[in-house]
Amino acid sequence: MAAEETELTRLTAAEIAAAVAAGEASAVEVTQAHLDRIVAVEPSVHAFLHVAGSSALAAAEAVDRRRAAGEPLGPLAGVPLALKDVLTTKDMPTTCGSKILAGWRPPYDATVTRRLRDAGVIILGKTNMDEFAMGSSTENSAFGPSANPWDLTRIPGGSSGGSSAAVAAFEAPLGIGTDTGGSIRQPAAVCGIVGMKPTYGGSSRYGLVAFASSLDTPGPLARTVLDAALLHEVMSGHDPCDATSVDAPVPPVVAAARQADVAGLRVGVVRELGGEGYQAGVQARFAEAVELLESLGAKVSEVSCPHFRYALPAYYLIAPSEASSNLARFDAMRYGLRVGDDGTRSADEVMSLTRAAGFGAEVKRRIMLGTYALSSGYYDAYYGKAQQVRTLISRDFDAAFEQVDVLVSPTTPTTAFPLGERVDDPMAMYLADLATIPSDLAGNAAISVPCGLAPEDGLPVGLQIMAPALADDRTYRVAAALEAALQLRWGAPLLAQATPLPAARPLPPDARGLGR
Amino acid sequence: MSITRDEVAHLARLSRLTLTDAELEHFAGQLDQIIGAVARVQEVAADQIPPMTHAVPVVNVYRDDAVDSCLTPEQALAGAPASEQARFRVPRILAED
Repeated sequence: MAAEETELTRLTAAEIAAAVAAGEASAVEVTQAHLDRIVAVEPSVHAFLHVAGSSALAAAEAVDRRRAAGEPLGPLAGVPLALKDVLTTKDMPTTCGSKILAGWRPPYDATVTRRLRDAGVIILGKTNMDEFAMGSSTENSAFGPSANPWDLTRIPGGSSGGSSAAVAAFEAPLGIGTDTGGSIRQPAAVCGIVGMKPTYGGSSRYGLVAFASSLDTPGPLARTVLDAALLHEVMSGHDPCDATSVDAPVPPVVAAARQADVAGLRVGVVRELGGEGYQAGVQARFAEAVELLESLGAKVSEVSCPHFRYALPAYYLIAPSEASSNLARFDAMRYGLRVGDDGTRSADEVMSLTRAAGFGAEVKRRIMLGTYALSSGYYDAYYGKAQQVRTLISRDFDAAFEQVDVLVSPTTPTTAFPLGERVDDPMAMYLADLATIPSDLAGNAAISVPCGLAPEDGLPVGLQIMAPALADDRTYRVAAALEAALQLRWGAPLLAQATPLPAARPLPPDARGLGR
Repeated sequence: MSITRDEVAHLARLSRLTLTDAELEHFAGQLDQIIGAVARVQEVAADQIPPMTHAVPVVNVYRDDAVDSCLTPEQALAGAPASEQARFRVPRILAED
């Protein structure tokens, strides 16, 4: 691999955009360098379900033509991106990691997809995920798991684990994830990158294949806080096609990431998101980072959110209930898989056989769990009660944000666990989202930023910053301040400490122009 | 035991999932454990607390009653397992008896 190509994949999105705008690198060169990197490392990482080499290069050529013609370029024009396979794309398959949608070509682009294209962002392909975004490890993908670039025997997190692995493996500087219970922040934390769940309704769900509609939120993954903010701004904003889209300006997240200042800011450490169940090294790195924030001028105090300990059980009633309803659309009639249609079977039988063949174990569990929670006789005790607990969690946030400007916690209770360890132990898997779920239920903004490596296993630890709804910019301000201070201490970004991937085999000339 | 194998078989029928006996057995144990864990919400005193269905308080979002772009029949049928005469072709809906 040419040194120049290696270098291009190491740049941040902001640096790439600046280089393309200044004519120091063409969008085509940048895209080709990332496609080459994908060829080199995919055998070990398996972040992508589909690589769209030729359409990516065509999009890059269009950016280069626009620049040559003197047209103004957006802040991320020419920057490659890895798109989670849950957002629809007209020119690529959209599978949601499920056999039931294998090979499906949607007839329309998601709003997020369209905004990326309009901004000149280069979509390299579609990334692996837990089936229908249900999981924390990508092991629920029907197409095999992805690996954590820090340790290929470990999970990359989930459900947006393909996007987080791609970004951490330098296959793309940017990724799109979706967060329902932590599916952006948890994979970001365990891969040592930045992941942001915007305020619910801040980014459009149009063309996002639904898991739990009252929770699903698309958001950015990146290696730096500024890059995440740049992507946040490009992908967000009011969308008339999504009835729950917030009709308000996008919070000034890029300015906040550049401000990177916490002097005088009140930071609350959530008492309930720590202690028992949290790995020692995770707690140690978190505590150090909080001390660092204090040294930068933040006013740190402890805050109690007593109902947060019921967030996990409430979530595992609300999300499966919504999923059981949303996934009824996979009925083998209009798109996707159909099995057993031999001319003798009824539609009902074909539907049941198709869903049994097309859905994986976790999806089946959640559909049945949701069906149980919504059935008459159980509704009040389960789904109804969970919705009341959701109100109490939201009120805990309201009370906390009267005392402090942001709340912080470890993003995850542990670092990346070994692949296979929790795959048939659903309750153990669910615990990975312990600290991220409250913000999904309440709908407020929350980001995860790397805060070091756990001493016992040398794996990344994430720190979560939560802010009130529509105060997304506040999370970026804190994350950027922490990132700057930590990198000063480390002397480099955290990812510089990762072992190089067993990849970089020289490319044969015919492997260039992948997919062409 | 909060859920029996027979109840799981009933849930599978309601969910339109044809499960094998082995799957029913396996899921029954797991669902029992999960339902036992999520039942903890019942510990919370919430009698006077309103349910929260959504994070954003928006109601009745309408668009103008105007013709907008939409899919062509060809686009709508492009992903269909089977189609005929610009319609989705489906297995028989009614039982024969």
